[in-house]
Amino acid sequence: MASAADVARQEEGRKIRSRWLLSAPALVIVFIAAIGPLLVMLAYSFMAKADYGDVKFGQFSLDGWFSVILQRDIFDDTLTLADAHLSIVWRSIRLSVITTFATLALGFPTAYFIATRPRHTREVWVFLVTIPFWTNLLIRTFAMQQVIRNEGILNSLLIWLGVIKEPLQIMYTDWAILFGMVYVYLPLMVLPLYASLEKLDFRLIEAGYDLYAGRLAVLRRIILPLVKPGIVAGSILVFIPSLGAYVIPRVLGGGKNLMLGNLIELQFGAGRNWPLGAALSITLMALVMVAMLFYVRNAARSGGGHG
Amino acid sequence: MLEPAAAQDKRIAIEARGIVKQFGEGPSALRALDNVSVAIRENEFFTLLGPSGCGKTTLLRMIAGFEYPTEGAILLHGEDIAGLPPFKRPINTVFQSYALFPHLSVWENVAFGLQMLGRPSAQIGPRVAEMLRLVHMEDLAQRRTDQISGGQAQRVALARALAPAPKVLLLDEPLSALDYKLRKEMQIELKRMQSETGITFVFVTHDQEEALTMSDRIAVMSKGKVLQIGSPWDIYDKPAERFVADFIGETNFLTAAMVGIEGGMARVRLRSGIEIPATIAEGYTPGAQATIVVRPEHARAVKTGGQLAGKVENVVYFGTDTHIYIVLDEGGPFMVRQQNSRSQSCGFEVGDRVGIDIAADAAQVLRD
Repeated sequence: MASAADVARQEEGRKIRSRWLLSAPALVIVFIAAIGPLLVMLAYSFMAKADYGDVKFGQFSLDGWFSVILQRDIFDDTLTLADAHLSIVWRSIRLSVITTFATLALGFPTAYFIATRPRHTREVWVFLVTIPFWTNLLIRTFAMQQVIRNEGILNSLLIWLGVIKEPLQIMYTDWAILFGMVYVYLPLMVLPLYASLEKLDFRLIEAGYDLYAGRLAVLRRIILPLVKPGIVAGSILVFIPSLGAYVIPRVLGGGKNLMLGNLIELQFGAGRNWPLGAALSITLMALVMVAMLFYVRNAARSGGGHG
Repeated sequence: MLEPAAAQDKRIAIEARGIVKQFGEGPSALRALDNVSVAIRENEFFTLLGPSGCGKTTLLRMIAGFEYPTEGAILLHGEDIAGLPPFKRPINTVFQSYALFPHLSVWENVAFGLQMLGRPSAQIGPRVAEMLRLVHMEDLAQRRTDQISGGQAQRVALARALAPAPKVLLLDEPLSALDYKLRKEMQIELKRMQSETGITFVFVTHDQEEALTMSDRIAVMSKGKVLQIGSPWDIYDKPAERFVADFIGETNFLTAAMVGIEGGMARVRLRSGIEIPATIAEGYTPGAQATIVVRPEHARAVKTGGQLAGKVENVVYFGTDTHIYIVLDEGGPFMVRQQNSRSQSCGFEVGDRVGIDIAADAAQVLRD
């Protein structure tokens, strides 16, 4: 005889099973679309490379991971640090950090301006900020090239104004990549900042002025702490795609100024070194995760914050 | 009663002189303040009273420095401060919404002004503790501002504004968000703090009862103009204009003919034909017709006699007193407020004939 408790337990068990069943489609999609490919990538990074790309299945090798930071001399087989890779990683991090700060410096006044407009005009400004998203990234990048190349709009203008005699070589330098990234990722900074600033109670700013805080003190002591969630969110949204940028360094940076995205592409293409490509991809992901951890810790410390 | 001009000037803490504030240009321009002059004395509890939209908050924001006058001057101890930003004025505000900083604790909120003034932390600590003690919030110093009640937030806002020891404290309807009982308590608390600190309080409210109970002097405002400035007693018993009489307390208005003026007192003839004496609004010379005002508690309902007569329309019992609504024989309403006694009712029922006995010093002639 089943006691009442047993019946209740069985009923509970059935409920739990049906819950799993109902969430199965979502779980399948998450697995196929997100976790599955990552596992494939992880597996590939631990296999030996085949001669014409691809990997030798089932053949375990740590070569891919070694090559991320080390290189073997082709004559005497000695191991040295892979300066080329490290300099590319360093450039990626450096340019992404600068891009993040530059978009913050440009985006904050922009978002503040929008947030202080009357309600109905704010929507128009936000709409204008999102317009670039309608155009393909590649086209926007080529448009940027048109602006900064030697015979481009910027150089022609500066020469016409008499500021410079010779055109500035911006194309195929880190500057070009920086210009491109700041231009492309600026809206990703403006929108979360705007979302935070829009919620800011401007009466608090008046209270700050009333209590002897000047403009700078109000910005530092009241506005910045209150919109910190927006600043962190915007920084993450800009930093992560910057770190993995591919099109922008490819078009504007030319062949010399690779970033991580280009290096990975190279391994799967001309480099014919898929394990290295896979290992580099996972390295990139690890860098992103470090940034995310930083974000989570920051968000936890501000107690969920306002925004 | 009047002091020499110089001595009087010395005691003025803050003065608004000929203030005009216009929003917008051209025919659509809105005059929020129209030639407003107010002189607030040192150590005074001064109230700006008026319905919403009368300009009282605009005037307060102008004293604080959030708005700049289109015309006129704001003088703090005789010095024009109209051009100074709010952070350079030794004036603090208790905001209607309290505007406590949500990212700071109660303690940090109160310390904010002192920190911004660059006071050494050895001074800030004791001063903040003193302020928190003044508002009975010393136990909650480390709380976040979203962990305290509305009444507590109000106290913190008060402590925060008082901490830098401002010359003038501005209070923008600070009690409007509190429930009735708490509001009564805070009214008494505010009076206590004002007398303990000796700071000039400028208080904005639309609640006439609050204004009467708390203020040393009141400025009644309407449509961007100051209609009357005076003590609560002046404002209530000697209203200068119909708006003032109507806005503060309950009032009976009567039309009367002027008979003559004698020694500052008028004799007026009521529509019933009976003549009574009446005081005259300050600086007013009445014409042939006048509007007079009689407060309901300054008249009695009587069975026979009285200067006016009518029929009882309604009797409302209020516990402490009874309101008798009367329709006058010559037309128009009149209300009498009578104190109740335990032994008997007011003695009138709806439909009864009634006479109205107006006290000898009850009537006042209003400015038209």
